Formats: sequence, C-alpha cells, structure tokens
Amino acid sequence: MKKTTWLWIVLPLVALAGAIAIFLNSNPLALLGVSTPPVENLIIERTILNDKGISLLVRAEGSEPMQIAQVQVDGAYWQFKQDPPGALPRLEAAWINVPYPWVQDETHHIAFITNTGAGFEHEITVAVPTPGFSLTRLLAYGLLGLYVGVLPVALGMLFYPSLKTLGGQGMKFILALTLGMLAFLLIDTLEEGLELAGTAATAFSGNALVWLAMVASFLTIFTLGRRGGKSPEGHTLATYLAFSIGLHNLGEGLAIGSAFAVGEAALGSLLVIGFTLHNVTEGIGIAAPLVGFNPKFSTFFALTALAGLPAVLGTWIGAFAFSPHWAALFLGIGAGAILQVMVEVGSYLMRTAHKLGGTWLSRVSLAGFGVGLTVMYATALLVNV
Amino acid sequence: MDLSFNRRSLIGSGVLGAGALLSKLLPNSVFAQTPTSVDTSLPSEHSVPVHGGSMTMGDVDNARNGFDPQAILTDWNAGKVSPLPDGKTLREFEISIAERDVEIAPGVVYPAWTYNGRVPGPTLRVTEGDRVRIRFKNPGIHPHTLHFHGIHSARQDGVPGTLEAFPAQEVVYEFDAKPFGCHLYHCHSAPFKRHLHKGLYGAFIIDPDPKRHPDQEEVAQSRLLGSSENSKWQELLMVMNAFDTNFDEANEFYAINTIPHEFMKRPIRIERDRPVRVYLINVTEFDPINSFHLHGNFFDYYDHGTTLTPTLQTVDTVMQCQAQRGILEFTFQEHEPGIYMFHAHQSEFLELGWMSAFEVVA
Repeated sequence: MKKTTWLWIVLPLVALAGAIAIFLNSNPLALLGVSTPPVENLIIERTILNDKGISLLVRAEGSEPMQIAQVQVDGAYWQFKQDPPGALPRLEAAWINVPYPWVQDETHHIAFITNTGAGFEHEITVAVPTPGFSLTRLLAYGLLGLYVGVLPVALGMLFYPSLKTLGGQGMKFILALTLGMLAFLLIDTLEEGLELAGTAATAFSGNALVWLAMVASFLTIFTLGRRGGKSPEGHTLATYLAFSIGLHNLGEGLAIGSAFAVGEAALGSLLVIGFTLHNVTEGIGIAAPLVGFNPKFSTFFALTALAGLPAVLGTWIGAFAFSPHWAALFLGIGAGAILQVMVEVGSYLMRTAHKLGGTWLSRVSLAGFGVGLTVMYATALLVNV
Repeated sequence: MDLSFNRRSLIGSGVLGAGALLSKLLPNSVFAQTPTSVDTSLPSEHSVPVHGGSMTMGDVDNARNGFDPQAILTDWNAGKVSPLPDGKTLREFEISIAERDVEIAPGVVYPAWTYNGRVPGPTLRVTEGDRVRIRFKNPGIHPHTLHFHGIHSARQDGVPGTLEAFPAQEVVYEFDAKPFGCHLYHCHSAPFKRHLHKGLYGAFIIDPDPKRHPDQEEVAQSRLLGSSENSKWQELLMVMNAFDTNFDEANEFYAINTIPHEFMKRPIRIERDRPVRVYLINVTEFDPINSFHLHGNFFDYYDHGTTLTPTLQTVDTVMQCQAQRGILEFTFQEHEPGIYMFHAHQSEFLELGWMSAFEVVA
C-alpha cells in the first residue's frame, strides 16, 4: 500500500484516541448537571446446593466495582464467604458461599445487599442437592443424553429401508416433512437461545449475540457447503443435517442437564421419554437425503453419533458447568446451522421435484411440511413443562 | 410394508425396554432426589454466639461514623444547666443538622440525615419542670424541624410553618419539660416519612421531680439522673430503628441504636446484682409495630414512662406502635451468669438485625 493509504488508516484512529482522551479529561457531562451515581446489577449464573450450604456464582455488572456487603437467605442475614474476596469489577464473577441449612424440595430466596444498600434477589425454586462431579453421575447424565439424542436419531434411521421403497412422491413428502421438522427446530432453538440470553449479563448483549451467531454460522456453513460450486447432496447433505441437528440437541441436552441439576425437571423420566419421541423425526430427516446413494452401515453410525452425541455433551455441561452467555452463543450457532440445512434440503426438494417434472410446491410437499410441523408440535407437548 | 420393517420396529422397542432395564442398574441418586442432611454446625470464630451463622457479616467502622451504638446506650445529654431568676432550672442544648453518609450496617453506606451527625440523635435528659431551650441549626439543603413529644404550646410544635429551620437558618425552641416520662423528638418537615426514616429522631427523657411525688418519692428518686438512688441502676437507652437502603418503602436492616446485630456480637455487660432500666423507643418506619422480648426473665413496663407504677406487670414481651415508648425494669439478681438474649419477637426483624444479648456477670 502507498504511504498516504497508511496515513489515512492511522490518522482517524489517532484522532479517535485523542477525542476519547479529551472527553475523559474535560468531563463535558458535568455541564449537563448530571452527577452519575453508579449503576449496579448482579447476575446469578450458577447455584450449588450441597451439605456445606448454598453456593452462588454471581457476576457483577456495575459501572463501578461492586461490593457485596451482606447476604440474606429467606429474609435473614447470614454469614458468608466470598471467593475471591473484595469488590467485583465490571463483568467479574465470584462465588458466594453461605452455610445455610436449606430444606429439601422447598423454595429459598436469596438477596444480596451491596455497599450502596441496593438489593438483588434470586430464587431457588426447588431446593435439591446439586450433583457433584463423579463418574457415576457423569454416566447417569450421559445416559440421559443418549436417550435424548442418540437413541431417537438411531430409531429414526431405522426407517431408512422403508424410505428406500418410497417412490418419487414419497421422497418429496419425506423431504418436506424434514423441512417442517427443521422449521420447528429453528424456532425452538432461537427461542431457547433468546431465553438464556435474557438471563445473561446485559453487557454481553445476549439477544444480539444469538441473532449474530445465527447469521454468521449460517453464512459460514452455507459457504462451506457450496464451496464445490453446487449444493450438497447425499452423504454431504446428510452430514450437514446431522451437524445442525447435533447443535440443536446440544441445546436440548443443556436444558435437560441444568433442569435436573437445579431440580426443575418436575416430570423427570416423562420429560426424557418425551424428548426421545420428539427427536425420532430427526433421524428420518437425516436418513432421507441418503436414499439412492447406497450408504454403508458405518455411515449411519457416524451420522447418528454426530447428531446425537452432542446431547450427551449438553447434559454434562448443563449439569456441571453452565453459563448462560456461552449457552446462548451455542444456540445461536445451532440456529444458523439449522437455517443452512433448511436451505439445502429445500433446494434438494426442488431438484427432486424438478426431476419428477413438477414444482417444489405441491399438495404432497405441503402435506409433508405440515406433518413435520405437527409431529414436532405434538411431541413437544410432552416436553414443555 | 414388509416383514423386515416390522422386525426393525421390534428391535426399536427392544432398545427402549433394554434401556429401561439398564436404568435400574445405575445408581439413582441423581434422579431420586433423596433428602440429605445438612451440616449446620459452623466453626465458630466468635466468643459470643453467632446464632448458627444467622448474622450480618463484619463490623461497622464506628470511628468513621463518628458515633458508637454502645456509647449511645448511656450517653445522656443533660445540657448546659443554669438557674433562672424565678428559681427554675434552665437547660440549653445545641442541635445541628448533618446530611451525611452513615455506615448503617457492616459495609452498607446509607445517605442519612442526622441530628449532630449521629443516629439516633443526642439523648436529651432533663427533669420535670425544667426550662428547656434548644438552639437548632440547619446547614443542610432541606428544611428540617425538631418536633418534641411533650406538653407545649402550638407555637413550639416544630412542624412545617412553625419553627421550621430552612437551609442555613437557625431556630430556637423553648418550653417547660412535662410530663415526666420516656419521650422522643423527631423531624416533622414534609415529606414526613422520608425525614423520619432517614434518621432524624432521638430520645427525650424527662425524669420525675421527686418533690412533686411525695407518695412515691423513692421511686421518683431512682429515676432522677444523678441521684444516689439512680446510680444503683443500670440504665440503657434503646431506640428501635430500621433502614430502607433501597428506598422501596420496606426496611432492609433493623436494630436498636442503628447498627444491626451490634449487641449480639458484643453483648451488653450487666452486673447481676444491680437492677436494669431500659428506656425503649420505637421509631421504626414502614412497619406499624415493633416489639421487645427478653429471654429467661420478665419485666415491669411503664408505658410512655409517665407513671411511677407499672402499667404492665411481669411480662416478657411488649409491643410498641410507631413513636410509642416506655420504660422496662427488671433484675437478673437470682440468675446464673451467662448470655441472655433480647430481640424483637417479629422473627422478620430479628433475622434482619434486631437481635441482641445481655452478658450477665456475677
């Protein structure tokens, strides 16, 4: 590049730094007559209940460092230990350990009083012991993940031989059904991501994070998928499907793991079985593009793992190491991935229809799309507590 | 649909069934949510009871606050005394407004309004029939008054429009002290509630003049500050107050003499053989009543302190509405030495700071 080009890159940056320096030094806000009191906010990210009492991971969101002066549990001041101690700078987190004799299955209310006297409340809806990290628990949560992710996808793939026997119209129906299923997953994933974003510190701009992650991941995966110049089919399309559904299942795993960990999974086993039924359609969807491509047995195996195992990972993260802003980010990425496969399955459907001499829009495809949505909606009734 | 498909769906349900069986083999601690016992025993670093950990953390910096709740227990301000030509005693006081930050609980700084920089304000202690003159300065940025509970003329009432000190102004209140009893003074400027709960209140105690009560002269003597009968007593001022630190019209902290749990962490030392008299005043805002409950003992209660015979005998709990007050008399003479708690018997107030103790020593 020429020297002048460089100059006009550096100069605006220098000017910006200068403007910031002048603003901070001259404090023009004083002219507005505003004395800005510190804004305080406290986000409670994790709650652990065990035989030592209650531990909470709190993240400060104040304009100035925040000092937690006192902690109330159920309207009583309680001795506590903060780790690390001291004032919490903006976006820093600390554990607050309260040796409180909490009561199984009952609700507890926590309030944090800062040095300014402001209070921040947190409710533990149903107090149950938080699972500590152990191999048994890891296996138990892993099993939950298998039920929610791997099992239904594998069951869905068992439909493959019957898919093979379908004619062209049948294939259109199944692809449209997959689209309907994906549309449901897209909405579900976005909703879940935005809900989690709402509980994260506002400084992380959770909602924007979810949308931006969706757009970015959609464009990235879409570009990757089309790098050969044409839209993916067969094994490749099935792999993208499995990948995006895997990300969605990671989100489901997170929800289940954290719900069990905080005792909010009131329906317990019904919830898990519900998710199993709910996700069978995913297996059918992944298997659909493989029709006519003579996949090997190992392909089914790998695809099932790709789509299902993230649920296992999700339950682990949800149960043992959950933070809302990271989860929101992952769900945003997941939504983008689902959008990408919707586009690709859609284009595959169009091509299939074309070969049959029709258009993508037909009574068969509309019926398939409708059935996909309906099945997902109906089975979701089992899992929405 | 062919046979093989049926077989496969059978395999599918077989997986579910096997899974259900498998789940039986796994430890069900995660799912069963069985009760666990919680260890409530705390390693105690305190020499006094920490009440199972139910206590505010840390201590208030009394030096920075400029007042000590322990000292307020016995900090009687009798004023500058001089005789008047008609033979009466004149007591002169100076009270000044300070709108300042006070650490009202460990680590919690509150933008208080104070009389003479402290909450509660100075304890004015006079004798029945004295002439009382208070020079009241307001260097603050809000109007304030002194409104005394006592018998006086409307001109001395200290309400908006009457002897209200505007910023940078000074007013003088003057009246005769009556009736004898345990009273209070507070700010009556508008908005009334805010001027009160931000800390503008204090005790106003009028001791009975024994000469005016020939039938009960001895009792009256014992109430008269400075008499030899009075010096046998252990007299304590307890102002039940509270603070709404987040301005939601509900209190976050309750205490006597401002600092929560102060007298739980450092119990009030009581000599077993000397009787105890507590001047108890309720200035709690937002909650209609407050109360006082004594452990392991009973007391006589003189409502408003305006009688020399108890208005309630042998009780261990008394309640007071806002601005109600009274005198408690009791003794630990026949008790074992030890820690005897006293607190509000609204458990809500107790857990939010109004929990205290006497340490009775032989």
